[in-house]
Amino acid sequence: MVRKVAAVSLFLAVVALGASAQAQSEAGPITVASTTSTEQSGLFGAILPRFRARTGIEVKVIAQGTGQALETGRRGDSDVVFVHDPASEERFVAEGFGVRRHEVMYNDFVLIGPKADPAGVRGMTDVAAALARIAARGARFASRGDESGTHKAELRLWQAAGVDVRQTGGAWYRETGSGMGPTLNVASAGDAYTLADRGTWLSFRNRGELEILLAGDRRLLNQYGVILVHPARHPHVRARQGQAFIDWLVSPEGQKAIADFRIGGEQLFFPNAKESAS
Amino acid sequence: MSESNPFVAAWLLIASGDPTLAGIVALSLRVTLSALAISLVIGLPCGAFLAMSRFPGRGLLVIGCNALMGLPPVVAGLAIYLLLSRSGPLGPLGLLFTPSAMVMAQTVLILPIVLSLSRQVVEDLWEEYEEQLRSLGCSGARAIPTLLWDGRFSLITAILAGFGRASAEVGAVLIVGGNIAGHTRTITTAIALETAKGELALALGLGIILLGLTLILNGGAYLMGQYARRSAGQPW
Repeated sequence: MVRKVAAVSLFLAVVALGASAQAQSEAGPITVASTTSTEQSGLFGAILPRFRARTGIEVKVIAQGTGQALETGRRGDSDVVFVHDPASEERFVAEGFGVRRHEVMYNDFVLIGPKADPAGVRGMTDVAAALARIAARGARFASRGDESGTHKAELRLWQAAGVDVRQTGGAWYRETGSGMGPTLNVASAGDAYTLADRGTWLSFRNRGELEILLAGDRRLLNQYGVILVHPARHPHVRARQGQAFIDWLVSPEGQKAIADFRIGGEQLFFPNAKESAS
Repeated sequence: MSESNPFVAAWLLIASGDPTLAGIVALSLRVTLSALAISLVIGLPCGAFLAMSRFPGRGLLVIGCNALMGLPPVVAGLAIYLLLSRSGPLGPLGLLFTPSAMVMAQTVLILPIVLSLSRQVVEDLWEEYEEQLRSLGCSGARAIPTLLWDGRFSLITAILAGFGRASAEVGAVLIVGGNIAGHTRTITTAIALETAKGELALALGLGIILLGLTLILNGGAYLMGQYARRSAGQPW
């Protein structure tokens, strides 16, 4: 009796698993590993319905940091990666994990800090000089610390500022090890400075005493790229649908969809695909 | 939604009849109840078997199951992730980032709870009734259904503990599900997302809804237990 029940339930479990795997491969939505900045700002929620209306292809978005998203692509767990760290993206393609990198859009990073501005960086235009001053004053700074695109951009800026955060870090420099939203929550609670992408900042609700203190430095440009995971590496990749998504993103229609996305009247991402003219 | 009172936010969410919320709640229940069902089918007989049998290494097995009750969800999630990843041994099934993967992760988390607690319940009953059952010629595997049935009121606690662990869990389902809108977003991963967006009232509102659901289920289990006890003529 017991043995029969056990055997039947095991059989049912296997059938259920198999059935769901089957349904998965036939329905064929594509999986895109992207960043928290694009998902949490609401960009995908705004543009994906338009892509689906055009092509009938459903897109499932997993929001991770850029480092983790590329790792997801490397393991073959997504069909497309849509991230913002050009150096890592080029390495991803060079290693044979991606077919080709397409530039899609950009926005910018902004230096966020408490209104009281204890380091006195408001009004400065040179982001490296501003960071150097924050370090010199020992004002609190919340870093992502999670190998995301924003974290890597932040580390490059510290380098430009001539500050070795690992050496001089101490009590003022805190790594949250989490996404942009949680890091902004930490900065908001502790009156700390932080570097954020403008998209997440604009859609972020728990600002407290935080505001933008510095923006507009050319080094704060934040370029997004999209890459198809290489079918030669991972044969199960839905290359046709994935490429259709990429083609649409860089097409005039996709670029317009990105430009049309606004929060409170403010445009969050600026399309700049090279193919958009063709 | 910019409502700053979480109770009002929760109420507005429910009152709006938002299909997105309904989908999230339905998925949460589906995943959690599936994991619970699988854990019961495997855990109850295995727990009873472990309670009644004596073999070398049994002590280690009992300790192992007890220890696994404290398995960190994020570790369970990572293990299932590596197992189901396209580069992992079960990669060809294509189950990563699906509700099935979430069911597997939660099963790993609650199976030890169901198994250990049911072992404890049955062990006590077995000590009490072993001679009687043996004299009736009911021993071994045939005694398992009898003992489980006899201990059903105590086993409800094991079931509720398993349900609680699964429904409250976020670390594992976030890793293996990916928190994909409309596919693998549960109440707990939605709470994590809204917290990340700084929508703290909305996040807490979702938490209140989850707590409400848990209360309703626990209340239902309690009343059912009361009713069954009365029907069975047992004191309560």
